[in-house]
Amino acid sequence: MTGESRHADGERAAASSPDGPTLSVRDLQVHFPITSGFLIRRQTGAVKAVDGVTFDIAPGETLGLVGESGSGKTTTGRAILQLQRPTAGSVEFRGVELTSISAKKMRPFRSEMQIIFQDPYGSLNPRMSAGRIIGEPLTVHGLGGDQDQRLERVAELLKRVGMNPAMMGRYPHEFSGGQRQRIGIARALAGAPSFIVCDEPVSALDVSIQAQILNLLSDLQTEFNISYLFIAHDLSVVRHISDRVAVMYLGKIMEMATSVELYENPMHPYTRALMSAVPIPDPALERQRERIVLAGDIPSPINPPSGCVFRTRCPIATDECGEVLPDLVDHGGGHQVACIKV
Amino acid sequence: MTSDPAPVANAAPHLLDVRNLATRFATAEGCVQAVDGVSFHIDEGETLGLVGESGCGKSVTSLSVMRLIPTPPGEITDGSVLFEGTDLQTLSEREMRRVRGGSIGMIFQEPMTSLNPVLTIGRQITEALGIHLDLNKGAARNRAIEILARVGLPDPASRFSDYPHHLSGGQRQRVMIAMAISCNPKLLIADEATTALDVTIQAQILELLQSLCEELRMALLIITHNLGVVARYAQRVAVMYAGKIIETGAADEIYTTPRHPYTKALLSSVPRLDAITTTRLTSIEGEIPDLVNLPEGCAFAPRCRWVVDRCRVESPELGPSGGSHTAACWEQDRIDHDRLAELQQS
Repeated sequence: MTGESRHADGERAAASSPDGPTLSVRDLQVHFPITSGFLIRRQTGAVKAVDGVTFDIAPGETLGLVGESGSGKTTTGRAILQLQRPTAGSVEFRGVELTSISAKKMRPFRSEMQIIFQDPYGSLNPRMSAGRIIGEPLTVHGLGGDQDQRLERVAELLKRVGMNPAMMGRYPHEFSGGQRQRIGIARALAGAPSFIVCDEPVSALDVSIQAQILNLLSDLQTEFNISYLFIAHDLSVVRHISDRVAVMYLGKIMEMATSVELYENPMHPYTRALMSAVPIPDPALERQRERIVLAGDIPSPINPPSGCVFRTRCPIATDECGEVLPDLVDHGGGHQVACIKV
Repeated sequence: MTSDPAPVANAAPHLLDVRNLATRFATAEGCVQAVDGVSFHIDEGETLGLVGESGCGKSVTSLSVMRLIPTPPGEITDGSVLFEGTDLQTLSEREMRRVRGGSIGMIFQEPMTSLNPVLTIGRQITEALGIHLDLNKGAARNRAIEILARVGLPDPASRFSDYPHHLSGGQRQRVMIAMAISCNPKLLIADEATTALDVTIQAQILELLQSLCEELRMALLIITHNLGVVARYAQRVAVMYAGKIIETGAADEIYTTPRHPYTKALLSSVPRLDAITTTRLTSIEGEIPDLVNLPEGCAFAPRCRWVVDRCRVESPELGPSGGSHTAACWEQDRIDHDRLAELQQS
């Protein structure tokens, strides 16, 4: 398996624009309706899971998406892949608008846009052998050639993710969590993707295994020039793997900047609180660190606060924050912050 | 397994003194020695962090201390657990029930499943108060509301009659803490108490635990896989691997000069929030060993980059490596030497 031949595969679905971003998301919205009433069901409200998210991902770039549970990061990933049709907004993949095309026209893109899931236990079919799981995308997308070629390709993929091809005939329950995650990665690679949504790929793994998978993901990115949307709640992991990072809260992006800039110079009060809440494995440093402890829980996305959605927990919020909806404003060098106090 | 008779008469006895604890489980695949000769102690008002990856035996250690190991298949085969000088292993089940939730409180990872979904939170807190402190209904209610306020549950008087599903994850964990501290325990065991929570909520809960410990002079045993949490809150650390404590000492020493290769590797394999460069992580090759078929000698030997022939034959014991900092490794002097050499180079 060589880099060039895989890349040539990847060109087939879309007319590529070499300079443009791989992925371009504009004002993405996903609202889930809340209905009530018996016989005549009426929509009485909406859960605004994703509410106006905009970003680009360049070829070979990793955008980290961090946020607490319920912030809409997973829904954003699913809406990009059209696994969840967005309510509004646009998702352009290599210049092709995906939100308006039919499921049938979407199919060629499915192999190029892949996803790796959090739960290596729940995301693999227990009745299929590792070889079949990895080989299935090849059959579905007609990529594998005849059976011998397919088997050869599956063996290559297994080897590439650091596993013994002889394990092809084994079933998911015979593997450890880390090995299952490697199988999930091999399955995603089978389609020769140029973009992968990594949805919490290491949060179910032990730290020593986590490092192995993170290293594997960065190696694969370098080798095949894949763009990642790396979704995680662990800020340390996101900092490590991402070129740029977006911080989400209640369906909105609060702050976005390059990884170094965001962590060295966080500007949004939510980002600052989030960072100070993450303990660093260094007792001497921990004694000196500033701690911002946020009060309360994330509000319900059914009834988000008016104005800035973070204002109910914000240490510097004023009355004005309840009236003005803050836009993401560029503070130089692509460092965008949605806060009227910054 | 034989244990050395430990000296009993200490000048200042520890609050909790666990000696050579061993717990095993009978499984279909064979006997699993989940905890294998674990010794540690906690003094009054002190916070000890017990860290390790899944399957290393940290939870089984705390359950063995509380005698909550389901028997069968589990069995505590050796060791003693001295709490305020009394061996908990020798108590009757009735006496042990007075200790649990009385002088030792415990909070678990899953606030969703550790609370009874069909009882109000008020009922669940007052139940313990009735049993341990012998309070009547009115007094128990007042005390419960007072504790709920102390753990920062908003509007405790009206929350008293709420059910667990009315509360968020963080609030449920606050209720769990309220139940655990309601009878003024001397020791609180927090077993992955914040693992299921979001970071901002985790910070709230840990800060609460720390202030409660200071206020009530309570000792805290934090069991977690999160090295950051331990660095922030624990004074002393014990690192577990495959059923054994492989290194223990003051938090500062463990983090700055780890002497066991596992501790060292673990620390360099976690991505840090304050890391300036995004270089490759040093991963630990291989997987955690199968507890049914543990390798002979040191359990970490197959993954260790410092391994020598002796490691594959003889299992190292926790030996002194200066002060209270000890590591179970044959090659710890070489590791320390290499660390100093690295320091000089940079």
